[in-house]
Amino acid sequence: MTATMTAGNRTTDAWRGFAGTLWRERIDVRDFIQATYTPYEGGPEFLSGPTDRTRAVWAKVSSLFPEERRRGILDVDTATPSTITSHAPGYIDRDRELIVGLQTDAPLKRAIMPNGGLRMVENGLRAYGYEADPFVTRVFGTYRKTHNDGVFDAYTPEMRAARKAGVITGLPDAYGRGRIIGDYRRVALYGTNRLIEAKKAERAKLDACGSGTEVIRDREELAEQIRALGELTQMAATYGCDVSRPAATAHEAVQWLYLGYLAAVKEQNGAAMSLGRTSTFLDVYLQRDLADGILDETGAQELIDDFVIKLRIVRFLRTPEYDALFSGDPTWVTESIGGMGADGRTLVTRTSFRFLQTLYNLGPAPEPNLTVLWSPQLPAGFKEFCARVSIDTSAVQYESDELLRPCTGDDTAIACCVSAMQVGRQMQFFGARVNLAKALLYAVNGGRDEMTGEQIAPAAPPLTGEYLDYEELSAAYDHVLDWLARTYVNALNVIHYMHDKYAYERIEMALHDYPVHRFMACGIAGLSVAADSLSAVKHARVKVFRDATGLAVDFRTEGDFPAYGNNDDRADDIAVGLVESFMAKVRQYPTYRNAEHTQSVLTITSNVVYGKHTGNTPDGRHAGQPFAPGANPMNGRDRHGVAASALSVAKLPYEQARDGISLTTTITPEGLGHNPAERAGHLVGILDAYTAAGGFHMNVNVLDRATLEDAMEHPENYPDLTIRVSGYAVNFVRLTREQQLDVISRTFHGSL
Amino acid sequence: MSTVQRGRIHSWDLSTGVDGPGTRFVLFVSGCPLRCLYCANPDTWHMRDGRSTTVDEVMAEIEKYRAFITTAGGGVTVTGGEPLLQSAFTGEILRRCKEAGLHTALDTSGFLGARATDELLSHTDLVLLDIKSFDVRTYRTLTGGELSPTLNFATRLDHLGVPMWIRYVLVPGWTDAPEPIDGLARFVSELPAVQRVDVLPFHKLGASKYTALGIPFALQDAPGPSPELVERVRGQFRGQGVEAY
Repeated sequence: MTATMTAGNRTTDAWRGFAGTLWRERIDVRDFIQATYTPYEGGPEFLSGPTDRTRAVWAKVSSLFPEERRRGILDVDTATPSTITSHAPGYIDRDRELIVGLQTDAPLKRAIMPNGGLRMVENGLRAYGYEADPFVTRVFGTYRKTHNDGVFDAYTPEMRAARKAGVITGLPDAYGRGRIIGDYRRVALYGTNRLIEAKKAERAKLDACGSGTEVIRDREELAEQIRALGELTQMAATYGCDVSRPAATAHEAVQWLYLGYLAAVKEQNGAAMSLGRTSTFLDVYLQRDLADGILDETGAQELIDDFVIKLRIVRFLRTPEYDALFSGDPTWVTESIGGMGADGRTLVTRTSFRFLQTLYNLGPAPEPNLTVLWSPQLPAGFKEFCARVSIDTSAVQYESDELLRPCTGDDTAIACCVSAMQVGRQMQFFGARVNLAKALLYAVNGGRDEMTGEQIAPAAPPLTGEYLDYEELSAAYDHVLDWLARTYVNALNVIHYMHDKYAYERIEMALHDYPVHRFMACGIAGLSVAADSLSAVKHARVKVFRDATGLAVDFRTEGDFPAYGNNDDRADDIAVGLVESFMAKVRQYPTYRNAEHTQSVLTITSNVVYGKHTGNTPDGRHAGQPFAPGANPMNGRDRHGVAASALSVAKLPYEQARDGISLTTTITPEGLGHNPAERAGHLVGILDAYTAAGGFHMNVNVLDRATLEDAMEHPENYPDLTIRVSGYAVNFVRLTREQQLDVISRTFHGSL
Repeated sequence: MSTVQRGRIHSWDLSTGVDGPGTRFVLFVSGCPLRCLYCANPDTWHMRDGRSTTVDEVMAEIEKYRAFITTAGGGVTVTGGEPLLQSAFTGEILRRCKEAGLHTALDTSGFLGARATDELLSHTDLVLLDIKSFDVRTYRTLTGGELSPTLNFATRLDHLGVPMWIRYVLVPGWTDAPEPIDGLARFVSELPAVQRVDVLPFHKLGASKYTALGIPFALQDAPGPSPELVERVRGQFRGQGVEAY
């Protein structure tokens, strides 16, 4: 009785001064934010620089980076499969850290997560000169099946062939799928006791249901979620934090939220482990402590700086091939900032500024992946600050709040680069992407692969004319895409069935409502190559060159053709048509757990690898040459500047690509104006205009060619050079030379 | 009324911050009477090399960007070549743009300033006036033309109250001598319609066009200005109370 009362009082105390009622009665963080937050319409004048403490902690951990870069990984615990509670507490600098918690017992020391796949772990270890632990190998090789094993048990020969040929690619079948955002804010607002209670209530509602497959699975998952919340409580206790109760101060709120996230990255090595939309939530706590005089601005900024230091050192053990595909060592700790509320108030708060300020206080970095939800309605001071930060650091990406809000509401967060979901209510099954350019070559070649000659798609009559005929090619392409969509969705169903079974995201799903809304996030790559190829066939003449076996291996274009990326409907309509038609095809096939079909037009940096595995294409692109990233026009074919190419991309319909449409722009500083104030103003104008035109996403790189070339030659001078590539930011010096050259050859929109 | 509805253009482009305020639709009109040694666009020298088009066609293209450039705080810039070589065509484009509510800029050397009618200038919100040198002899050697028409044009624009941004291309060994720059700075400081001076560091990004056209590029081996030199020259303008970038 006494205990209950104390707990009750603690909760009341933790929530002192907070308005609103609904969020008290049920788990509803959005309602809490709406009831309590203070919009901020001003500028960045109030911000604080880094304290000596912040500098010291950051210097200590960043001094490890050169050695990590040299060796690939700094250290790894080979013997302990990672769980929420597997490792003893670790610290960077115990006396100075404000926000504590590491994935293992030491900074940058990586953990193994064999549930996703043992081979990935073994290859990862071997690549960096470590031996796999015999016990781990025995357990996961003999007694405990992995996600990877499960998938390959259920793949069909057709799926394997499509995967091997690279027409379906990047599938999360050997590691964590990621892109699930736990609502880590819940840990701070409610404490785990209350969350466990709520989960128990959700599970109890299933007691009366008959034990069909779905109900049994849900019951088991809810039981796992409850267990995971218990483990989170335990893990937090080892750091001296009692997360069973709600956070009572801003310091605790940041700490509790981070521990929730930490539990997720201790247990899952998902491709993208995104954070959600935390800044305005945390602002409520920071404001309260500022008002109570417990905290000053310097202290508030220190908490955010320290939190961001932790987010910057999230690490996973991966293979060099994986890193080559994704350029470096990304974790996509995406944090969505800003946006407007449904009631017309801006969701920008002082803490939105504080997050961006970390790029000055700690220097530019690719993680966390700071994502501004842009609307022309955002306060002018915030817009200008974002533009300034972009120009100074190239470390911010933008997504259209005007497209997001009507679809997923005003508590939407981005996972990975462009994947939107309502925090805590929606999740997605990450589905990588298909290669539309290769599929077009399959249409020409009757389903045979242009690189190997192997029959991959069902055999069909190849096109035999000396010149490609548009109608004939379109019809054949349509058949190939039918097959591709079917094979693809079915392969994704296999992957996600097995991931749920063998590598379920217990803690992340514990921080979601039950039942959750699921998306099946399909994707397409090579859009601009396919669109330009079709445009060449339609508007010019494309002659085919075949090898002795009749395989079309090269093309010659006679005459000019309009290219996608010039705001020319003749080409842009082809790209729009491809997006619409592939989405319609994907929707025809039922999904695992009735997930809602979506697709993205996104390649991340794997456009280089896709290009390497795709033969000559009718648009004149040579075999091996990189694709354009995401929804970008092909390098050099957008001839009228950034606005024209942006308007072409803005034509792609978001409702047919709800998992996001990515555009990467590279602008030289001179290409934005003559002085910093002018440049910031101009960038604001471009973002407003792009958003108003229906554009969804924009990476903004503000660089000059000379800087990049110098960085290639003298990487040691540019440890922090961050550039945005299709949906996220990377350290330029960590890219392969090939990727560096690709970045440089991309259109620079400087003035000539 | 006999407006010229046809003209010859080289191309169009969208740019930000370099051809007037904001993000702008930039129309490159073909043909130029000058032959500046540092010209970055030798492919716009001859009208005959341009593509024949109509005002309606150009306006249809601009229309596709109207919302974008309006939101982005920009407009339309007519440049070249020398847009006043086809002054009737240029004037008609400017008129139609104004009619469409767009901010208009005319980028010119001023050499053919006399061809710009008062009516044309009444449709022009801003003139980007290239003054290539303030020394008569250097101007002649550098451009093959005379300086005085440009200075007369500047004075006339000032009387008409048409805002000007002066553009000054800085080429070491050609246009970096301090005295003529001081002279130019004094001259523009006495024209209230001059809002700013942009000192543009010489670049050789047009060199490949010379190769492609088989024309020798006289400044092939000329170096670009050092940042210190650029700052010195900007300082000379600022010294006369003129805003300079």
